[in-house]
Amino acid sequence: MSQGRRPFGRRKKSCPFSGPNAPVIDYKDTRLLQRYVSERGKIVPRRITAVSSKKQRELARAIKRSRFLSLMPYTVDH
Amino acid sequence: MALYEHVFIARQDISSQQVEGLIDMMQAVLEENDGKITKIEYWGLKSLAYRVKKNRKGHYSLLNIDASHAAVAELERRISLNDDIIRSMTLRVDEHEADDSVQMRNKNRDERRGSRREDGGDRRRDDRPRDDRPRESKPSEGEAS
Repeated sequence: MSQGRRPFGRRKKSCPFSGPNAPVIDYKDTRLLQRYVSERGKIVPRRITAVSSKKQRELARAIKRSRFLSLMPYTVDH
Repeated sequence: MALYEHVFIARQDISSQQVEGLIDMMQAVLEENDGKITKIEYWGLKSLAYRVKKNRKGHYSLLNIDASHAAVAELERRISLNDDIIRSMTLRVDEHEADDSVQMRNKNRDERRGSRREDGGDRRRDDRPRDDRPRESKPSEGEAS
């Protein structure tokens, strides 16, 4: 799709949480959630991570739970 | 009855025996109301991502609970009165995790890592690369046209 405007051949990425052995989104799994959070601790938008909107909602919920339990920071202040 | 996952954080200056005491108290509260705890996990003294009630560390525990709403409401009420518990969260779940949660697995793996010399191999169970966080400063990523 829209091949003509993509001279550098960027493939369409697929959602990392869809498919047969996709990881389960769990608020306890901080190692997994950490990847979807910026260095400042903000949730990365799905246009960058290619997470489907359903999974992004689930992911955001998990990150917020994780933050509440102080497993993840709300903000990384220096 | 409904299934719940309950995580609570106890103050850092109490001992792990006192945490067990807290769990016994919770168990008693639930049993009074015909509920039961199906699994207890103690994640250990972990450092908090930010300070909670002036604490920098806390004892994390996870309980899998099978109880009625009334029992859980009573449990939450009792917890809110307890000064040793700095934070807690109860979640209704459709089913409990049968084996250890991720936190528990990580804890066990770290312990094994400490004594890796004997068994001689890195037994990381997942093969995820360490740092593949999504690259942030890419313009025009995923743009439709």
